[in-house]
Amino acid sequence: MELLEGEREEILNKVNEIVKGYDDNRENLIPILQKVQMGIGYLPLLAQEKIAEALNIPPVDVYGLATFYNQFRLNPPGKHQVQVCMGTACHMIGGQIIMDSFERRLEIEEGETTSDREFSLERVACVGCCAIAPVVVINDFVEGKVSPLRVDGIMLQLQEGKEDSNSLEGEAEDKSPEEKNERGNQE
Amino acid sequence: MTAKPKIIVGLGTCGIAAGGQDVYQAIEKALAENNIDAELTQTGCIGACENEVLVDIQKPGQPRITYGKVPPEEVGNVVTEHIVKDQISRDFVLGKIGEGDLPAEYEDIPVFFEELPFYQKQNRLCLRNCGFINPEIIDEYVAREGYEALKKVITTMKPEEVVEEVKKSGLRGRGGGGFPSGLKWEFTMKAEGDKKYIVCNADEGDPGAFMDRSILEGDPHSVLEGMAIAGYAVGADEGYIYCRAEYPLAVKRLKLAIEQAKEKNFLGNNILGADFNFDLKVKEGAGAFVCGEETALLMSIEGKRGMPRPRPPFPAQKGLFDKPTCLNNVETFGNVPVVFLKGADYFASIGTEGSKGTKVFALTGSINRTGLAEVPMGITIQEVVYDIAGGLPGDGEFKAVQVGGPSGGCIPKDLLHLPIDYDSLTDAGAMMGSGGLVIMGLDTCMVDIARYFLTFTQSESCGKCTPCREGTKRMLEILQRITTGEGEPEDIEKLKTLGDAISSTSLCGLGQTAPNPVLTTLRYFQDEYEKHIFDKRCPAGICVDLLIYAIDPELCDGCRRCVKACPVDAISGEKKEPHVIDTEACIKCGACLEKCKEEAIKLQS
Repeated sequence: MELLEGEREEILNKVNEIVKGYDDNRENLIPILQKVQMGIGYLPLLAQEKIAEALNIPPVDVYGLATFYNQFRLNPPGKHQVQVCMGTACHMIGGQIIMDSFERRLEIEEGETTSDREFSLERVACVGCCAIAPVVVINDFVEGKVSPLRVDGIMLQLQEGKEDSNSLEGEAEDKSPEEKNERGNQE
Repeated sequence: MTAKPKIIVGLGTCGIAAGGQDVYQAIEKALAENNIDAELTQTGCIGACENEVLVDIQKPGQPRITYGKVPPEEVGNVVTEHIVKDQISRDFVLGKIGEGDLPAEYEDIPVFFEELPFYQKQNRLCLRNCGFINPEIIDEYVAREGYEALKKVITTMKPEEVVEEVKKSGLRGRGGGGFPSGLKWEFTMKAEGDKKYIVCNADEGDPGAFMDRSILEGDPHSVLEGMAIAGYAVGADEGYIYCRAEYPLAVKRLKLAIEQAKEKNFLGNNILGADFNFDLKVKEGAGAFVCGEETALLMSIEGKRGMPRPRPPFPAQKGLFDKPTCLNNVETFGNVPVVFLKGADYFASIGTEGSKGTKVFALTGSINRTGLAEVPMGITIQEVVYDIAGGLPGDGEFKAVQVGGPSGGCIPKDLLHLPIDYDSLTDAGAMMGSGGLVIMGLDTCMVDIARYFLTFTQSESCGKCTPCREGTKRMLEILQRITTGEGEPEDIEKLKTLGDAISSTSLCGLGQTAPNPVLTTLRYFQDEYEKHIFDKRCPAGICVDLLIYAIDPELCDGCRRCVKACPVDAISGEKKEPHVIDTEACIKCGACLEKCKEEAIKLQS
């Protein structure tokens, strides 16, 4: 994905701030990547290059790690992160149907982010809440016993919430600068 | 004795997911509004996931009363009635724990661990504290003999004696392989080196397994204590806990526990005044199933791609940063304090000849009581499925149980009498694995289950060795063909040949066991494969490509609910007239099935 205006600066600042807290021991690579992802939301190539520089290792080693582990994302997450559990218990009771329902509603495939960066959709192997399968994790909140119709309900809730936080009109074109502001405020 | 009433809310991940935080806040509010002076605290998972949110109330001099499935709207009332008026809500009460007197009318409330069928056959050693203590307060652990075992070991035993005791207990690794823990400790103890490590594998990656999470969330100190004892035994002064990042609550509680243990000098320098230093760090995994394999896990801690390497050298000789390393999983370490508190002889008296002690299982799937159960080794599958888990919902017929996750296999009805221990499970083609038990009824398609697990292992294959990387891919392609109606007669033989080749030639445990789900379902359920291949039918009605959604005109009352629910407008029909599904347009999402009150929508295979 293309970097948004001003994102470059933000990435560089964030990475610099994080790597300062670590010495250049290879053992720190995964914790640094985790922290950077927590800060920026994903691991843009630019960030990976800067981390490689700080740890004095080739960028390919960082890329190798970022692509090996499921936790790391190379694309920006949506403002709302939808994770569908695909553990055994969830699979048996229709996890795939829930995933299909989200894909259809969001018009993206698993692993992608909507072009307005509002939603991202991921599969997770198991969140360990098998007793309430099928499970979906929305913005870190675990929701159990989800059905295809509940997916519609969840989407409605999220979209309503979205309207609340934006202006009443909710103009789509304004999203990027707005998002940037929000992020700036959080820091 | 508690001086004032104590209220305990189960706030493990599943408790929180079931609305535990809301319940907690509702109680806070009710206490404030009614001016009740009571202590409100939290605990980890007691295993009865089915009944979350769990709330316990203990009044001084009375047994502790456990309530289950308490909704936030009602909990205020339940708590107030109980504490102020001594009235126990029959709607939510599950059982009582501990000594004390109750008003005569409540004498019939079952004793929680002894009379509730879910607990009757359990023997909670490793889970002894889960659901009893507040995992964020070290004093509660200490009050239940916490760190007594460490004290005993450090002050009265030599390292060799510690190792000997673990060997005598017969404790075997609970992470899957079942290697005798005492031997592992001995190898690490005897290995040459000035620096050694203890590593705890808390990368519980099996889908459908959550026992380690419950232990870490409910009783983190028992794991720390086990690791410290191991450190003393093998001569290590540093340890790592490699925990899944997907378990944020477990990570948080572990870090807190380490801090508290350091303050009390159960960790750190000169532990309990002895010449023994031991420090612990938590490393968050980044999500890779293969990191459950010990050499891959060590690579990951070192900040590399988690790819296994050939053994020998074993980690006991050359492990983390090339130093001798003793690696066990959460449940294994959680059992270590028990071995020293109750003695190796006691521990070895539980279980079977080759498998000692207990095993924690995560019971999920088509059963009445999902949850976490700790049972003595050697208990039969029958006892677990029917006595503990309460059988299948609606008296459904049992078809198979999947043991051991992606590395395990499916065990059929004929083998319900099979004792659960390392060796008999392996003989049946499955394995203990980390302890997930998924119970399946007739509506489970065994080919689909095999495909599901293989999809998982295939995408988690690290790619280092060819049999696993390429072989699992080919097997998956064949299974995909079969489940979409494109199967060919020779596919069954191909799957067997490929499976055997992958098992015998892969580098690590992941590849060696990846074909198990396919091979066991072929062994016990070959007829189902044949029906998919020859008749293009899925008898269980699961494989969507072999199914058609249709409306029974006799049952349909024309309410139009399904028409509105259908996301692709595939259903048509006038009001009060039977509706019709356009099978070409239907995407088989199940939305109509959920909405139909007349059960008129049928899946045809």
